[in-house]
Amino acid sequence: MKQKTFSRRLIGRVLAYLLAILIALWILIPIYFITVAAFSPKDVIYSWPKSLLPQTISLETLLFFINAQYVLDSLWNSVKVALLTLVISLVIGAPAGYALARYIFPGKDAFRIIILSTRAFPIVILSIPLAVTFMQWGLYDKLISVALLHVAMALPTTILVTSSVFIGVSKELEEAATVFGCNRVQAFTRVALPLALPGLAASAIFTFVLSWNEVFAATILTIQNRTLPARMFVQLAASPIPFRFAGGFFILVPAVVFMFFIRRYLFSLWGITLK
Amino acid sequence: MNLKRFNWEPYLLLLPSILYLALFFAWPMVQSFGLAFRTDDGQLTLAHMQRMFNDVGFTKALRNTVMLIIAIVPLQFILALIMALLMMERLRGSNMLVYIYSIPLAISDLAAGIIWFSIFTERGYLNSFLYSLGVIDKPFLFLNYQTKWPLVAIVLAEVWRATSIVFVVLVAGLQSIPRDYVEAAEVFGAGWFARVWRVILPLLRPSIQTALILRTILAVQVFAVVSAIAGRGMTVLANEAYLWYREYRNPHLAATYAMFILTISLITAFIYLRALRTKEEMIL
Repeated sequence: MKQKTFSRRLIGRVLAYLLAILIALWILIPIYFITVAAFSPKDVIYSWPKSLLPQTISLETLLFFINAQYVLDSLWNSVKVALLTLVISLVIGAPAGYALARYIFPGKDAFRIIILSTRAFPIVILSIPLAVTFMQWGLYDKLISVALLHVAMALPTTILVTSSVFIGVSKELEEAATVFGCNRVQAFTRVALPLALPGLAASAIFTFVLSWNEVFAATILTIQNRTLPARMFVQLAASPIPFRFAGGFFILVPAVVFMFFIRRYLFSLWGITLK
Repeated sequence: MNLKRFNWEPYLLLLPSILYLALFFAWPMVQSFGLAFRTDDGQLTLAHMQRMFNDVGFTKALRNTVMLIIAIVPLQFILALIMALLMMERLRGSNMLVYIYSIPLAISDLAAGIIWFSIFTERGYLNSFLYSLGVIDKPFLFLNYQTKWPLVAIVLAEVWRATSIVFVVLVAGLQSIPRDYVEAAEVFGAGWFARVWRVILPLLRPSIQTALILRTILAVQVFAVVSAIAGRGMTVLANEAYLWYREYRNPHLAATYAMFILTISLITAFIYLRALRTKEEMIL
């Protein structure tokens, strides 16, 4: 009897490991393919049948992409929009997150629910009226207009995430600082803020990635000053295949790298702790 | 400490966010109504709506979007549940697994589309693989829009990219289930399936609800991944909104499509809320 349950357990464990590895491969293999494609020279990309292992590693395709018209400009535009989005949403959102974390006040729950429910509203519906408005304001086709829309999209998340970050920083520490002669503002800047900094940085990186990846609004709101995904999207059908592969790789890489840096916070951000 | 004095501090801290969301979130929504239901000189009209419903693109886009949702959401849910349950098994290296499983969170729909295009394209990795197995002797044209294959490719790309968010929500939910419940069930002789079906899933209901709402809403807006894989061969609702704005230069029709997407999103959110009511909400 004991022997039987033991062997059943063992089979269960082995199956669990197999399944876990299979799912990991399902996620990693497509990333591997696009990486191989991006580092293959053009004639290998066009060849048939393709080898599933990298043959010749070359920068030809990536350089072809970088040197293509507008690509560097739009890469730079993407960085600018993402940085603007990150700064604006932190400056506006973090105080609200702090308020949700520290105060009990009438209307708090209502505010939380409104913030949460904004997720039910698709980004598609914001882009078109805002495009019309920005045209009237003379902001159309300017990077700031894309950033403003990305902030509208990112702000609710920033508020909720920064609120959970500040909840993680003990209120007693701030109170202790006021006992030792700091005023309210000093207690915040000297005690709470430094402790919250890593979490706030993680939230900022998350916002950066959100903006970096966004296609629809960026495509609607710009004509000349396109971000990289917007540029890729409008040109995609007319682009040679090596250009698409290199472009896909370029959009992918920063996102995956950033994710690696916030992997610890990613889960504390959503209240998950893995032991 | 004076409890009676009204504390303005939290409201001052919230003010910037409220103003911002009013200006760049609520106001555009209102304007969207205006664009969808009014003519250029401000008359109320249903003409835009009629034009959308009679448009050839509309039927196709709606059908494709609905088919994608029906195919994608259940697959994602089952896969994410398996992934989340694996995390409960406390495997060695599960931190590494969590990182790998959450990588797609950071991948844009456009990049995912391009990646799966590289797999399904005529001289792509799938054809190369099938050739090396000897299944085919010349490339098979998967992305021919007269077949169902582009749809399959899009479903796989979306399941690949967006299962992570469901996974994260479900793991968060699983963490909040006390281990005692699961262990108690085990002591009373419940097998693995019984534990999952009778203990874990009922307790997980609020997270399941959140995950399904989130995913369906995102699936209604599916956009770049479709164009990246199927090109012009296939259209979805968000793509029609884009085309009406950019190519046909008609913001009214584009806004009408956007309103339609919003309506579907809200209806699905409502259905899930009703179908998966938790105990506290039952009272309401």
